[in-house]
Amino acid sequence: MFSAKRILIAAASLGLAACAMTALPDRLDLRTTRATADGQFQVSIHPLVQVVPVNRIHAWEIEIKTPAGTPITGATIGFDGGMPQHMHGYPTQPRITAELGNGRYRLDGVKFSMTGWWEMKLQIRAGERSDQITFNTIVTEPAKG
Amino acid sequence: MALRLRLLAWSGAALLIAGSQAVLGHAAASLAPDGWTAHEITLMKTLHISALADKEPDPSNAYEARQDAAALGKKLFFDQRLSANGRISCASCHSPEQQFQDGRPLGIGIATGKRRTMPVAESGRGAWQFWDGRKDSLWSQALGPMEDAAEHGGNRVAYARVILEHYRRDYEAVFQALPASEGWPLAGGPNGTVAERAAWENLTPLQRQEVSRVFANMGKAIAAYENTLHFAPSRLDNYIGAVTGLPSAAPGVLSSSEKRGLRLFMGKAQCISCHAGPLFTDQHFHNTGVPPRLGSRPDPGRSAAIDTLLRDEFNCLGPYSDARRDQCTELAFLAANDPHMVGAFKTPGLRNAAQRAPYMHAGQMATLEDVVRHYASAPQAVIGRNERQPVQLSASEVSDLASFIHTLDSAIEERAPGTRFPGAFKDR
Repeated sequence: MFSAKRILIAAASLGLAACAMTALPDRLDLRTTRATADGQFQVSIHPLVQVVPVNRIHAWEIEIKTPAGTPITGATIGFDGGMPQHMHGYPTQPRITAELGNGRYRLDGVKFSMTGWWEMKLQIRAGERSDQITFNTIVTEPAKG
Repeated sequence: MALRLRLLAWSGAALLIAGSQAVLGHAAASLAPDGWTAHEITLMKTLHISALADKEPDPSNAYEARQDAAALGKKLFFDQRLSANGRISCASCHSPEQQFQDGRPLGIGIATGKRRTMPVAESGRGAWQFWDGRKDSLWSQALGPMEDAAEHGGNRVAYARVILEHYRRDYEAVFQALPASEGWPLAGGPNGTVAERAAWENLTPLQRQEVSRVFANMGKAIAAYENTLHFAPSRLDNYIGAVTGLPSAAPGVLSSSEKRGLRLFMGKAQCISCHAGPLFTDQHFHNTGVPPRLGSRPDPGRSAAIDTLLRDEFNCLGPYSDARRDQCTELAFLAANDPHMVGAFKTPGLRNAAQRAPYMHAGQMATLEDVVRHYASAPQAVIGRNERQPVQLSASEVSDLASFIHTLDSAIEERAPGTRFPGAFKDR
């Protein structure tokens, strides 16, 4: 679902992070529901934890629909990404560990090793359709231990 | 629709930020005489020692928080019989008088090692051990040097014999009954000399397993001891406490240079990107273009450690681990083919770093100023790719950053399992 509240939170996080370390690029798209690059799918993504932690493995949920809103089941999803400003990837190799029904998938093994701008890149294949999308996430939680 | 929502979001965010700055700004005005901004105060709090969360339990070591295991581990840590020549213990390189390290570019045990000795306090908090992370627990790490020819140079049969002979009561009180040593050679192990490996092969599978179990438990006891080693509050902690209202063990005073260094550390110099949190490390691996000790043989670092880690019989998934399979999440989601890991080494924590020259994974740099200048210039890496960008720092800024690191000096304290902070912090 396209939630104004979620964007508020994301944008507020961006504001705080921007005055922290490396400056973020202008117009970073922080929407968590978007169409894939070629418009094949509509994808939503959200963490399955209250606060996105630093340096702890946790899971996200991915929801995939057709542009018309029909849930896509049985998709194959590849995951990649990292911190473009630091030229490094994830400290872990996250992957889909379960299909949750209704076009929802569990992405597990996500770990952010530091605060800042992270890219979450999904390669999605379902039947004949194949497309990709890059979500941007700003991690702001202070590192612990 | 989407655009309108975004605009709404941005104006809302601006309000939120302005609001939080107003509140923090007010607090800072009354508490921070040194002109710290609200944002700097927020960052400083993340560096304070009280921000150290409870250590996440290591599911592969069921004994790691036990007092009796720690007491046994402490004896083993200082026992020179656990070496090929009877003169090397863990403490030979991890000297308590030197923040549990040795002040040398390369560790020296039976022979000279390949990398810089790492300090011990709070080291169990990272997912990976050693500069290249080739071990996934503190207990497994402790076993590596014992069978390394350049370090303790011994073998697990000889070590198990030491336990049988000198530590029977201590060991059996913590773990299980010791196996019988009938049929054991004097020396034997899978990582030893040709003769030691042959002797190892001559043992039955059960005997090998029994010996390896004793050896693994030695590591678990040593890890329990290492878990009792903590940093006392530093001058920086006391200063941050005074400025932010966090618990403080004593009044904190920093010099002007140290304060300028702290500001640079959190801001322009971007040290805090990797040296984050109360231990000043993100616990991850980075290629920062540090020149190899031997240019002709650059150290591939993390990228070469993955196979070793996965093959290790003492990893979280191995037969000597106390973890369930589903608890070994770091191995389950191991980034096995990350090209950024070529020439990458673990970010060291910076507490007491001023007392730990020389610097980098093979002691390549003699002073903190050298290190700061290296990061500022961000040279091309000899192997892999340096992920840092150059930062312009003046000579006085280099000097300020180096003097700031001295504010992180503190004693290493041994505290009973479950005790994180000294008395002054208990009320938090």
